[in-house]
Amino acid sequence: MLQAILDVSGFNKTFFNHAQGTQIPSSNDVSFKVFPGRLTALIGPTGTGKSSVLKGVYRTYLPSAGRIVFRTAQGLEIDLAQASEHQILDLRREEIGFVTQFLYCLPRRGAQDVVAEPLLNRGASQAEARAQACALLDALNVPERLWGVPPATFSGGEKQRVNLARGLISRPRLLLLDEPTASLDPHTTDRVMQQLDGLKADGIAMLAIFHHPELVERIADEVVTLKPPVTH
Amino acid sequence: MDKILEVRGLSKVFGKGCSQCFASTGPEFDTNICPHCGSVVAAHDLSFDLYKGEILGIMGESGSGKSTAVKNLYFDQMSTCGEAIFFDDDRQWDLFKLNAAERRWLRNHRYGMVYQNPNLGLNFGISSGGNIAERLLMSGLAHYGQIRERARELLQRTEVMIERMDEKPGSFSGGMQQRVQIAKALATQPPLLYLDEVTTGLDLSVQAAILDLILEIQRELNTAMIVVTHDLGVVRLLSSRVLVMKYGRVIESGLTDQILEDPQHPYTQRLVASAL
Repeated sequence: MLQAILDVSGFNKTFFNHAQGTQIPSSNDVSFKVFPGRLTALIGPTGTGKSSVLKGVYRTYLPSAGRIVFRTAQGLEIDLAQASEHQILDLRREEIGFVTQFLYCLPRRGAQDVVAEPLLNRGASQAEARAQACALLDALNVPERLWGVPPATFSGGEKQRVNLARGLISRPRLLLLDEPTASLDPHTTDRVMQQLDGLKADGIAMLAIFHHPELVERIADEVVTLKPPVTH
Repeated sequence: MDKILEVRGLSKVFGKGCSQCFASTGPEFDTNICPHCGSVVAAHDLSFDLYKGEILGIMGESGSGKSTAVKNLYFDQMSTCGEAIFFDDDRQWDLFKLNAAERRWLRNHRYGMVYQNPNLGLNFGISSGGNIAERLLMSGLAHYGQIRERARELLQRTEVMIERMDEKPGSFSGGMQQRVQIAKALATQPPLLYLDEVTTGLDLSVQAAILDLILEIQRELNTAMIVVTHDLGVVRLLSSRVLVMKYGRVIESGLTDQILEDPQHPYTQRLVASAL
């Protein structure tokens, strides 16, 4: 039996807006598992809190309720909902990656350096990190003339691919993907899917949201349908 | 990961102070001026840990006490109460119990400081190379040729034009002065660097270059840093964790992305919502 790398049970996220004194319910009682070498897709209409689940796992959001048990490379079980800030930072550097919908990066750095950053943070040499970054940008169809250019002026699709490359380069044990192909053409989407297939073959676990149902059909091993939030 | 700094209950009061200063100021009273004695509670009960090589942000508006925190740890001000431990290679320094000589030694050998105002960090009466030499001399290096070579390397590293190392910083642009200040602070390769609003007032392209430089240095030297800023963009780009201050108190702390995307305190929510 394959052992889950991530076991989420009863996850709940509700925001409280102090200025308006209102509660904004998002994810509601979400439970699922993610396994090594397999992809779990979250589906459901807009507003069911799909992104909130990813952000809760990454701890960009503070979960309101539930357990998020992550099994580390050493076999330790850590509840990400309760883990300390430094524990989370260590896991983000070594084991958990997140490809968000937006690219935040330093203004002056070229695309290849933006992509190489996670490897440098782990102590890889500049030359080695750069070489891997270039290979990945190439695999994702980013034209070579852009590699040295800061991504600030890139198109939406180009930025998305830089962001994706940065998420893939460190080959985390668990990769979170929030609509990684939303602004890509079919040909480039295909390239991305090939990369994700490669990650699966290498035993990397993925939790993802896709814009297009046919992509879920094509790549997901488990599908979790989110329920609409409870409104009062 | 190892701790480099542990701060517990740091408080700073300006004025004579009274027994009710702490209990009658803070965010819930909407003031940091004691209604009983008129003293200013610049900081109260600040506690946090800093790990080696980590960048911690302290954010808040003017007068929230964020610079006070750094000034007390750097000994520009003397704390009113609290405790702070600096973990050195083979000993621990109880920061608020040190004598003047020990404080000076720490500033010269273990700390670096970059102020918003270069006038505070640099000696405008001597050349930029001389500024760095001065710090190297204080840390014990005595050989003229070595000092000059090291100053040259540092200025080159911080992208200050080497032809100008014999000019006084007064003839430099604001961005260049900040680079010289950073070079000076780094001269002794300190494990802990304080940065107080270092990009405030600089134009955007210069800001970007300075932030880039700071991150490169952090990676190269594994320097722990405390970055004081009111700029949410600076916090997002530089720090992994952040403290939010108001009226001298830490009202919220957490992972930087969590504080910016899922703030819990009403003040932080307003701050984040009003960012450009």
